[in-house]
Amino acid sequence: MLTKRLIACLDVRSGRVVKGVNFTGLRDAGDPAELAARYNRDGIDELVVLDISATLEGRRATLETIAAVSRTLFIPLTVGGGIRSIDDARAVVDAGADKIAINSAALADPPLITQLAQLYGSQAVVVSIDARRRGDRFEVLSRGATAHGCADAIAWAREAESRGAGEILLTSIDSDGTRAGFDCDLTAAVSAAVNIPVIASGGAGEPAHFAEVFGRGRADAALAASVFHYAERSVGDLKHFLAARGIPMRLNW
Amino acid sequence: MPSIQIVDYGAGNLASVLKAFAAVGADARIATAPNALDGAGAVVVPGVGHFAATGTLGDAWRASIRAAIAVRTPLLGICLGMQWLMSGSDEAPDTAGLGVFSGRCTRLSGSLKVPHVGWNTIDARTDSCALLDGIGAGAAAYFTHTYAVPVIAEATATTTYGQTFAAVIASDRVFGAQFHPEKSGSAGLRLLANFARLARTSSSPC
Repeated sequence: MLTKRLIACLDVRSGRVVKGVNFTGLRDAGDPAELAARYNRDGIDELVVLDISATLEGRRATLETIAAVSRTLFIPLTVGGGIRSIDDARAVVDAGADKIAINSAALADPPLITQLAQLYGSQAVVVSIDARRRGDRFEVLSRGATAHGCADAIAWAREAESRGAGEILLTSIDSDGTRAGFDCDLTAAVSAAVNIPVIASGGAGEPAHFAEVFGRGRADAALAASVFHYAERSVGDLKHFLAARGIPMRLNW
Repeated sequence: MPSIQIVDYGAGNLASVLKAFAAVGADARIATAPNALDGAGAVVVPGVGHFAATGTLGDAWRASIRAAIAVRTPLLGICLGMQWLMSGSDEAPDTAGLGVFSGRCTRLSGSLKVPHVGWNTIDARTDSCALLDGIGAGAAAYFTHTYAVPVIAEATATTTYGQTFAAVIASDRVFGAQFHPEKSGSAGLRLLANFARLARTSSSPC
């Protein structure tokens, strides 16, 4: 049976994890490779590295980090953040990424989705959508200039799929950072609208939130950062919690 | 000791496969030309993407891969590489597979999302498949595919996603895995270690 996936996100700047981490037993909490190995031992299903470097030097350092992580991690690795071109994508794939996440570049230049899918296959192309509630609709939030008129999150997810995206990483801006739960309405609406997996992001605070988003939210995977980083519960405990509630999880790792 | 040769035909995540073999202590290298397979300890045909991408495995590659199989060199096709071992695929009807196994790959159908992406359980049909040695019941592997190999007689493990399809196929020393062992955690590494061990036993007895 296909299991629901738990995905840990590492925000990395200049090759270092930026959010605070207080795992016991970590020699260097800011070392992405060490943290990745810890997650892997704990049973995480996938890892996302989000590069938030502002400088070219920072991005180069992050590429070295990706290479280090991928040498010891044998689960899927997605890299996102600042990928604007085929060349940017090639750099992260060559460094060891299995999937590329694009967000504002896809909005500004939708054919990029197709170009990447043709080069690496759709399974390697994740279109990341930041969405927020606006009345009874969900609108796409773009950080950069957008040449694209598609402001509706559901329509944009559909278009991304038709252009070759293999997965949608959907972040609720309203829920992000609140730790009050995922936006299950948003997630369910997008998941029902597309035929590719949807990864829910934003709002994870406790185990019940994951059960909700896999159930009512119809998410195929759920992504979190701080809940995992602070190790309030291990990934393994969370998986057993969810499995006990009838949600299929990978329990042998 | 002859090394494991990973066929580079432009459609594989070669680096990931290489790193995974390194992690299990196997000597694997990238084969960029067909003659690199001469005397290989084992051959791996990786692959991600569209079946048409296997069109770059032209006559010279096909001949060298067939020659390797003829002298019982262990061979492992991964994902698209496994599908290529079949007669062909509905994904690209004009592109011929190698035809080591009879049958065609068909599109996953039904009401579920396609592609099939994520960790799914692999159910062994036999306890004698060398590739699956030590991989326990309930083990999950990472899949990402739209087309699949039907449950042929040579299927040693199956997976169910809407329909049941071949997860692992084996005929003598030729194997295929629909999932990505290089991305399947400890179970995947175990499979690659099992394959690497076959490579060793196929080299000279001393």
